[in-house]
Amino acid sequence: MNWGSPAEFFAMGGYALYVWGSFVVCAAIMVMEPILARKRQKDILRTLRRERIAEELDNQ
Amino acid sequence: MSNRLINWFKFASPQSFYPLAGRMIPWFWALTAVFGAIGLWISFFVAPTDAVQGEGYRIIFIHVPASWMSMFIYLVMAAWAGLGLALNTRLSGMMAQALAPTGALMAFISLWTGAFWGKPMWGTWWVWDARLTSELILFFLYIGFIALQAAIDDPRRADKAGAVMALVGVVNVPIIYFSVKWWNTLHQGASVSMTKSPSMAQTMLWGMLVMALCFWMYSIAVALMRVRAIILERETHTEWVRELPEVKE
Amino acid sequence: MSAFLAIVRRDLLLAMRRKSEVLTALFFFIIVVSLFPLGIGPEPALLKKIAPGILWVAALLSTMLSLNRLFATDHADGTLEQLVLSPTPLGLLVAGKIGAHWLTSGLPLVLLAPVLGLQFDLDTSALGILVVALLLGTPLLSLIGAIGAALTLGVRGGGVLLSLLVLPLYIPALIFGAGAVEAHISGLGATGHLSLLAALLALAAFFAPWATTAALRIALE
Repeated sequence: MNWGSPAEFFAMGGYALYVWGSFVVCAAIMVMEPILARKRQKDILRTLRRERIAEELDNQ
Repeated sequence: MSNRLINWFKFASPQSFYPLAGRMIPWFWALTAVFGAIGLWISFFVAPTDAVQGEGYRIIFIHVPASWMSMFIYLVMAAWAGLGLALNTRLSGMMAQALAPTGALMAFISLWTGAFWGKPMWGTWWVWDARLTSELILFFLYIGFIALQAAIDDPRRADKAGAVMALVGVVNVPIIYFSVKWWNTLHQGASVSMTKSPSMAQTMLWGMLVMALCFWMYSIAVALMRVRAIILERETHTEWVRELPEVKE
Repeated sequence: MSAFLAIVRRDLLLAMRRKSEVLTALFFFIIVVSLFPLGIGPEPALLKKIAPGILWVAALLSTMLSLNRLFATDHADGTLEQLVLSPTPLGLLVAGKIGAHWLTSGLPLVLLAPVLGLQFDLDTSALGILVVALLLGTPLLSLIGAIGAALTLGVRGGGVLLSLLVLPLYIPALIFGAGAVEAHISGLGATGHLSLLAALLALAAFFAPWATTAALRIALE
């Protein structure tokens, strides 16, 4: 085991800014990217649904 | 053999690839989570403190996989692009388009973590080291590819123009890397040796490999998500899109 | 071959009729190079050190300026479609256009560079190396730039996009071109750089017209 206490873990032997600065930004990107991809999918699905409804109304 | 060929072409149509991708995505996310958990556990709790770099070296566990992925994704993107030009399949261009933003982000992560690693180790945020510089140029190439595709309205033309650009880029990447390396060795003042110590612990290597697998699975999952959206955007006015359950509801 | 020469002659004639466009790119080159001493200070030792890099970067940028017109005017008046439909191989015609582009934008830079180099206190032998490096490098710029010009033909915001696509690909030319002069000044000898530059030129002369042709066909279909 490398760490005696949680505080020691977060301090990263004095390199906290660099280690967490890297990992947090990496994690943020890897959370944001799928969310944006998901949003893109939802947006296009909403447009498609709307078009379908408009078409059905036209046919009636 | 011919049977297999037909099967492959069947999945090469957006119509059959769309639901297939939808079924694969959760599996790749699950693998991302598993490899990510194991990889992070190794990188923070199993891998010992480095004798020279202290705890700061732990950045390597995301820096190296991100760099690998940024290069690998460019190759895969160019391969899809070449396939699209050669066989004129619609899906290839969409795959290349879906991969580009992920590759660009990987290059960005690699640059960002490189800077955060360089600051404590070398004392500066940026060093004109051959690898860092090549990574920066790779990032520019990704941005160029994305900008070119975004600027062309006709999707078929965007695919083909992007494909030519990706192939030109892939021919140039080794030349650029070699020239930057050459340039770097001539300007001794700025060069900093980044070669790893030969005694790199076995656990560090394992951590890096598992994290690389995690990044790999992540890239596939997110590219598949994006390609599904692109398929719908491109095929808006086709019958099969209209008949999709998620559109009908 | 006669088709190649015919295209070169035609493009040169057109360039002569629109002298201002050629001259603008040239003056851009002169102005950019002259701005650096004003921004950095007149210290000869420093200027001498940065001269190759500055001259090369300015050459890249001024080549970018003229690349836009390489296919755009022919595209606008329909000549390009005629060229694509003509029985002569398109690669040959494209090579002719690239050659003419080099003669109107690359060659003047090569001739001007030694004069500008004097401003930076470069001695005669360094100026000679600079001219040779530019002589090998500027055709390379035209060749690679033609691919970008064909890809961005008729595209929104083509000019800026073109620089985004092409400038990263110019980096090897910049490194070996500027490096040749620098290596010569520091006494290392420029042969290695120059032969690598020549190798790149040979490679580009082989592949670039072909890639440009593919890109043009895509743009016109």
